[in-house]
Amino acid sequence: MLLFLMRRLMQGLIVMFVISIISFSIQDNLGDPLRELVGMSVSEAERDALRDEMGLNDPFLTQYARFMGNALQGDLGQSYFFKEPALDVILAKMPATLELVFAASLIIILISIPAGVYCAIKPDSWLTKLILGFSILGISVPVFLTAIFSIYFFSIELGWLPSYGRGDVVPVFGGLETSLFTRDGLSHLILPAISLASIMLPLFIRLIRSEMSEVLHTEYVKFARAKGLKKARIYFLHALKNTMLPVITVGGVQIGTMVAYTILTETVFQWPGMGFLFLEAVNRVDTPLIVAYLIVVGAIFVVVNTLVDLLYGLINPTVRLARSGQ
Amino acid sequence: MSLLEVEGLRIEFPSRHGTAVAVKGVSFTLEKGEILGLVGESGAGKSTVGNAVIDLLSPPGIVAGGNIKLDSQTISGLHGEAIRQIRGRRIGFIFQDPMTSLNPLFTIETQMVETIMVNLGFDKASAYKKAIGLLEAVGIPEPELRIKQYPHQFSGGMRQRVVIAIALSGDPELIIADEPTTALDVSIQNQILELIRTLCKERQVGCLLVTHDMGVIANVTDRVAVMYMGDLVELGSTEQILCRPEHPYTQSLISAVPRTDVKLHRFPRVEYIEKEKGRHIDVKNHWLGQKEKLSDLNAQFSDNASLKVKDVNLRFETQSAFFEKNRRYVQASNQVSFEVRPGETFGLVGESGSGKSTIARVIAGLYPPDSGVIEFAGQDITRLTEKQRKPFRRQIQMVFQNPYSSMNARMNVQDIIAEPIRFHKLAESERQVNSIVADLLDHVGLGRAAGVKYPHEFSGGQRQRISIARALATRPRFLICDEPTSALDVSVQAQILNLLKDLQEELGLTMLFISHDLPVILQMCDRIGVMKMGTLVEVGDTDRIFSDPHHEYTQHLINMMPRVENLSRSGLDIESSIAAHS
Repeated sequence: MLLFLMRRLMQGLIVMFVISIISFSIQDNLGDPLRELVGMSVSEAERDALRDEMGLNDPFLTQYARFMGNALQGDLGQSYFFKEPALDVILAKMPATLELVFAASLIIILISIPAGVYCAIKPDSWLTKLILGFSILGISVPVFLTAIFSIYFFSIELGWLPSYGRGDVVPVFGGLETSLFTRDGLSHLILPAISLASIMLPLFIRLIRSEMSEVLHTEYVKFARAKGLKKARIYFLHALKNTMLPVITVGGVQIGTMVAYTILTETVFQWPGMGFLFLEAVNRVDTPLIVAYLIVVGAIFVVVNTLVDLLYGLINPTVRLARSGQ
Repeated sequence: MSLLEVEGLRIEFPSRHGTAVAVKGVSFTLEKGEILGLVGESGAGKSTVGNAVIDLLSPPGIVAGGNIKLDSQTISGLHGEAIRQIRGRRIGFIFQDPMTSLNPLFTIETQMVETIMVNLGFDKASAYKKAIGLLEAVGIPEPELRIKQYPHQFSGGMRQRVVIAIALSGDPELIIADEPTTALDVSIQNQILELIRTLCKERQVGCLLVTHDMGVIANVTDRVAVMYMGDLVELGSTEQILCRPEHPYTQSLISAVPRTDVKLHRFPRVEYIEKEKGRHIDVKNHWLGQKEKLSDLNAQFSDNASLKVKDVNLRFETQSAFFEKNRRYVQASNQVSFEVRPGETFGLVGESGSGKSTIARVIAGLYPPDSGVIEFAGQDITRLTEKQRKPFRRQIQMVFQNPYSSMNARMNVQDIIAEPIRFHKLAESERQVNSIVADLLDHVGLGRAAGVKYPHEFSGGQRQRISIARALATRPRFLICDEPTSALDVSVQAQILNLLKDLQEELGLTMLFISHDLPVILQMCDRIGVMKMGTLVEVGDTDRIFSDPHHEYTQHLINMMPRVENLSRSGLDIESSIAAHS
């Protein structure tokens, strides 16, 4: 177990290092930060002096070494626009994004497992065909379109739900604030969460269905039937647990991807999270903020996948025991 | 009144292309405490009968006619909840592969206790107690400890014991065992069969034993039903079926079983299932018989195809780790040395994991050994560059175990066999390649028309013929056969073994023949090496090894060998029928 964690930590560090190089090296191509930073009236000589002062004229490696030196102390640079440490700006927006991702994941889990299992158990029923038909539709429609259509229907035509922004928040665990526990907060959350879930949901329904139907053809499921077990126990205990193993692995990657997809969803719904912030940062050529965002999202990917691997080891005894060296 | 009565059972698999009839009107009865063997080859419908009894036919199979009665209660036609009450409670089921019939994610305890609770209505504590008792009864040591473990912590034989314990856990009146020992090694097979027999006799449980293996039939059954293409062709006492088979199919089947007492030149009367096509060609004067002179290829060669294996070591890493001391290895080959003389067949025998296939792959140059020397025709071939090795590669060819996965499914048979000829540039023109391939197909009994087909259009036995033709296409002197028949039915096995024997004689091949099946080894080999856990424990002439094994492990293997003629020696003489046929 310890060896596994150490190895994952090493891998994570390598991944983070590569991400830092890539995200740092693209910043030269994002545009001139000076243009956004200072007014039109500043002369070219002053601009050069400012560039020198900010270190933008140094060779790449010098700049990168300085950046890494600071990053290792937890300083990812100063946002040009907010005039605050970039990391702090991002961390302030993170709860809103994670809340959205959490809500979307919850929707995915609650719908995809029953739907996928149903499709596997009753492959010929009309409901299965309906679910699978809809899932094709869901995969094909881009998330911003789903978002815009749902705003049109539920906010504008029906007027049931608010169309943008985050609702009232309440503090939990000290400093963290969440809108999950207020009525207003939830009503603001529903549409963005559904839109975000809409891309992943079909994938998971199909994944669970195909894994489950494969598991249902295994010998141990046949043996479970021959033992005289009740159907519910075979489906929801014996088969489902085996079905979930590959699903969990895919799920880990997809949660990371969802964090990235929030850029679209948050922009359409004006959700004050990291994704929205990132798009603004790109428009303002706020390079330190962009770099910090990429690194934070990379870190989320690494952490989530490590957790998923640990979880996988807990569910699958073969893996767990192999690691502790039995 | 019998325990199980099957009457005119007809099972159909309807599909878009018409209805396939898997079982055509089969009738038999089974008494309490009796073991009835249901024997037949693949596609005979024997497993289908077993599955039909507890409504476990895989879709779209249906019972289209006939009656199944358990203790005079009709159970055919029951579905859902009604049949569930019978499964486990009144009929226990044992599957073929213990590696896949237990759920890998649950402990043995969970899987046993749930069965006992649902079938006998026990509470958790008493179900646990009964589970411990059952594990003890099937011979699992330290049941309190083992019951907490997961299936992967058990060996194959131990898992099959657990499966048997689960099958017994509802105190059933009838057990259906579908190939219960096919996936196991011989020594474990005997223990499991003994266990099934004891349990049936002690508890007066009836047992329907479905198998393709005549050795299993001879060992444990009281009566035997023989199935062929969905028909029950013969039913009688085990002694009668094995000694005085009446139906021609049964006779053909029995004569195809490799004998353990005498070495026969060929297997007689085995053409019942797959007719050979094509014509024999005069190989000696054919391209195939005209070998390249080894000394032309390399001046250091002597012109005999002897092979010497000297002190070969090879280990595989089973657990990788950063530090050497944490890595784990399995020694697949430990100081193995033997010699294969020109023109002989050398057998390597051993149980699964003994390292016999590893040696074959080292010789064929698929694995480089950690240390040691392979000498072919007087030259070390382990330290050659790929270019230097090329002429040796065509001298040493291999026939693999699984004919389903050893051929590229997207190439037609013509190209599969022609590829090595083209690769090694052995023919002058494409026309010559084509005529060689056609002759080869004829000679291995497939007929030249087979060239345009694809591998999936052939049965397992026919595919193995294709493999053999492919191996012969480079005119090798040395042929390695790695379990060439273990995936095949016994009658097809007999045909393939006959073919190999004929080819060896005609072409003067030297062969390394690898098998776990002692009777097959006896029939095929001049000398034998016995392997155990990577070590060669004994080498000797076939007759000597079988009549006077020196090493303890060899003695053990030979004692465990299933013997069909123990029963049949008294009755029908296969000898006389052999005489009539040869």
